[in-house]
Amino acid sequence: MIQFLQQMINGLSIGSVYALMAVGYSLVYSIMNFSNFAHGGIIMLGAYFGFFFLTLFNWPFAVAFLGAAICAAALAVLVERVAYKPLRMRNAPFLYFIISAMGASMFIENFVIATIGPTFKTYPAVFSREPFRLGPLFIGRLDTMMFVISAICLAALIYFIDFTKMGKAIQATAFNPRASALMGINTDLIVITVFAIGGFLAGIAGVLFGMKYTVYPQIGFITIKSFIAAVFGGLGSLPGAVIGSVILGILETLISGYFSSQFRDLISFSLLIIILVFRPIGLMGKSTEEKA
Amino acid sequence: MDWFYIKGILILSGINLMAVLGLSLLTGFTGLFSFGHAGFMAIGAYTAATMGIKLGLPLIPSLLIGGLISGVISLFIGKLTLNLKGDYFCIATLGFGEAIRLILDNVQYFGGARGWPGIPLKIDLWNVAIINVVGILILINLINSRHGRNMIAVREEELAAKTIGIDTFKHKMISLFISAVYAGIAGGMVGYYTGFLQPKMFSMNKSTELTIIVIFGGIGSISGSVLGTLLLTALPEILRAFALWRLVAYGAAVIFIMISRPEGLMGGKEITLKGFIRLLNIRKRSGKAAEG
Repeated sequence: MIQFLQQMINGLSIGSVYALMAVGYSLVYSIMNFSNFAHGGIIMLGAYFGFFFLTLFNWPFAVAFLGAAICAAALAVLVERVAYKPLRMRNAPFLYFIISAMGASMFIENFVIATIGPTFKTYPAVFSREPFRLGPLFIGRLDTMMFVISAICLAALIYFIDFTKMGKAIQATAFNPRASALMGINTDLIVITVFAIGGFLAGIAGVLFGMKYTVYPQIGFITIKSFIAAVFGGLGSLPGAVIGSVILGILETLISGYFSSQFRDLISFSLLIIILVFRPIGLMGKSTEEKA
Repeated sequence: MDWFYIKGILILSGINLMAVLGLSLLTGFTGLFSFGHAGFMAIGAYTAATMGIKLGLPLIPSLLIGGLISGVISLFIGKLTLNLKGDYFCIATLGFGEAIRLILDNVQYFGGARGWPGIPLKIDLWNVAIINVVGILILINLINSRHGRNMIAVREEELAAKTIGIDTFKHKMISLFISAVYAGIAGGMVGYYTGFLQPKMFSMNKSTELTIIVIFGGIGSISGSVLGTLLLTALPEILRAFALWRLVAYGAAVIFIMISRPEGLMGGKEITLKGFIRLLNIRKRSGKAAEG
């Protein structure tokens, strides 16, 4: 029982970081109807920014953290400007967006390998490794941090989407881009905002992941998991992405805790196929009818 | 640049070409995107190698059995996922490809993640060339048949195709089956050429690479696929001097193609003997006109 609770706590902290990444996929999908595979690259860059701000510039943690998030947001917008905007202007089919995203992801990953190098980098210890003790349970300081920061960011995001004018405009554009453009919503600005938000959260997730594990150019691959979580929760739905991520995080830690970590990824990918077969719209997604 | 090196590149192009031809039918002519074709290649590769080593079958039958097994598995996958719309099918194939790789990672019978050495080297330039010529001829005949035209109709407008009585599901299925068979044969050739198989060789990057070649060559053009494969297999070799930067350039090139010439090299046109003669005639005529 104690082991189970311990696994649940670990799963919750991983799941909350997955959620930070998954909402990035979901936001872009809700506006542009394609899966932004360059998102993994942005998360990786966020992790590197955080690392260099902390080690080279010796910035205090909070500043380095914010700096990494802002840089990641700027780069996400840059990717949109270069790789997607020309396609958007032409109303290209979704598959061109996906290919372009793949190209961008390849570019970012190999650019980092060519400039910084493929070696693993370890974050300096910001928090003490000493865990909190709660009766028989051990709660890592970093895990707590990950959960708290993710929860704050997600709450802020949901507030932004539901209660601000800009958020309502994003919802309207997700519902019907043409009609909302006719109503005077600047669709281009919406797209920039969405990429900036996604990139900002990706930067935060990258730093958290880098602190938990290490930083290396292929770290973006982990984000495929958060993509699975986004599909699981229903692409295009923010609460779905969060719930899907938490479930996936807990499932993964339970599997590696009780069976074997080798089967963890296999089960995640099988889960992806099973969801798509039985409930392609995910837990709380919108209809899969292709938009005309 | 000795002949041995060039021969190696040509054989590699030939192996890639087989997989690209299959994907060209699925993506270029039927309009379905797959990010899991490396999975079909893996199935073909491991089946063909098993046939050769454990059962002692000669090259061609073991390649064909590899292709066939991969085709049969594609029927299951197709039955489950071809009803899904657009990019959901693409996501499902991504999950499938990664799942196959992770399963192979854990099958100790095939050497698991460490790989499977000692496969007899039976591939040379001649049998690659013959297999590819046969593959191209079958594909051309298929595309010019009733079934091929139905597939193109599915690509252009699925709803309209359904309305005039085309069984769209069946034709998507045929297209997926044949493309999986081609991918399986290509996978088998990989094993017999390198003498070594490892699940890592069939990762998502391989699937992406195949899709990129199809797009680069041009949607709906077989000669485009052939040209694209030759160019894109040779290009990384030519750029080998730049080692680290070549994949950066590759990623940038993909984005550039998507935003500047999305119809690819050939843009749905074919290089034919007839077209070539016509071109010569125009030259001659304009030459005469200039004289007269």
